[in-house]
Amino acid sequence: MSLTPRKDLLDIASLTNEEIEFVLANAVPFKDLFKRSVKKVPTLKGQTVLTLFYEPSTRTRSSFEVAANRLSADVTHFDIESSSVVKGESVLDTVETLESMRVDYIVVRHKQSGIPSLIAKNTRASVINAGDGWHAHPTQALLDAFTLREKFKDLRGARALIVGDIQHSRVARSTSLIFRRLGMHVAYLAPGSIMPRETPEDVKLFGNWTDALDWKPDVVYLLRVQSERMDEPFFPSAAEYHKNYGLTDARVEILKERGLWLMHPGPVNRGVEITDRGMNYEKSLINQQVENGIAVRMSVLYWLKPGAV
Amino acid sequence: MTQPPDKLRQLLDAAGVARCLDEIAAAIDARWKNEARIALVGVYRRGVPFARALTERLRARGREVDFGKIDITQYRDDLQTMKVVPKLEGSDLGFDLDDAVVILCDEVIYTARTSRAALEELLDFGRPRCVQFAVLVDRAGRELPLQPDYVGIRVDLPAEERVSVRFADGDGWDEVFVRPWQKTNA
Repeated sequence: MSLTPRKDLLDIASLTNEEIEFVLANAVPFKDLFKRSVKKVPTLKGQTVLTLFYEPSTRTRSSFEVAANRLSADVTHFDIESSSVVKGESVLDTVETLESMRVDYIVVRHKQSGIPSLIAKNTRASVINAGDGWHAHPTQALLDAFTLREKFKDLRGARALIVGDIQHSRVARSTSLIFRRLGMHVAYLAPGSIMPRETPEDVKLFGNWTDALDWKPDVVYLLRVQSERMDEPFFPSAAEYHKNYGLTDARVEILKERGLWLMHPGPVNRGVEITDRGMNYEKSLINQQVENGIAVRMSVLYWLKPGAV
Repeated sequence: MTQPPDKLRQLLDAAGVARCLDEIAAAIDARWKNEARIALVGVYRRGVPFARALTERLRARGREVDFGKIDITQYRDDLQTMKVVPKLEGSDLGFDLDDAVVILCDEVIYTARTSRAALEELLDFGRPRCVQFAVLVDRAGRELPLQPDYVGIRVDLPAEERVSVRFADGDGWDEVFVRPWQKTNA
């Protein structure tokens, strides 16, 4: 099956089910590539991928850069810290500069929701949203879905419990949406102060682990506590958050007894959302999420086409 | 048996395809008679049933043959100009390529751009001792300097015509025919 290319990937909501399936299906042969001695294909030879990160990031940026390199693209990082942005250059001025450089793909992260969309409207390059504010992180959602599909061939009917700072999490928004689009049941577990006021009707809400585990999830998805996004503290202390909402050693034992899968988008705040023992949990998918992130981002870059509608 | 409605004329019927497969298998067997193990690799899509049919014939002759398939989509030189993005089937070589004698198999060679991509991809899997090409149909019109080592039939056709091959394995019947060219972009 072939598919019409898209110019940009800005969120999950605008993707059709067919497009989601296309990206996830193509990620499989891209992942197979990692087993070869030559882990590189000439698919994007001659194309330039630029990473434009207004927010600090290690793993997402590296993941995109490795993905682009494995497709034989030329990869450049636009260094915000040493650019004219710190001298007050606007986002659109920066985009104009990038247009002159004739880059083909721009991978952008920004603390403000909507900036990737604004950039996409003002460039011929394909724009990939690598996280904007509280809004969306579509490639994280795609890699999460891909990772779970490796464990459950069909996600329909599977249950995911998403735990933590839902309110400030673009991951929760994008990942819960793709999980539901693929037929999963989703529930949130969070302190009331960081539970969003408006949640989709088909998402269950829990205030404590006991009730949440009684719902019988198949996978527990821990979110990173986004303290940098909080203008005011939303819980008394990290220790109290850990005690009430974190994956304590005792809760790791429950997960183990019930054979539940564990996911986390990283980076992990050890001792806050998860303990050291939790990091070594045998059914943790955290490392697979990182590996699969490269394959899924290769699949996204393969599908998008600069200048497409 | 359903026949394609746009068929122009038949070049080989099922008996003709079988005869070509027998001759190619015999030629490979003779060329590599002192080789303990050879590997046949089909180029996705119809190079795969072609390679499988040759593999079966060689195994029937008592030869040890490895079988694999490669999808050359990621190596195409026209991806940037295509109006649709092809779904990837993935390559599957379940044997060690290093020092192997490999016969790349495709149903038709024409411009040789697919053959170039297949060869390039194959070499990214390892370092075979030798690579040869087998095709059922060798059509004149090369755009790259690659030639097959084993050929079923040779044809020279006007640019408006296209050679199509069907295999019982996948299509339900064996046949080679010519039909008007329809640009598919895929």
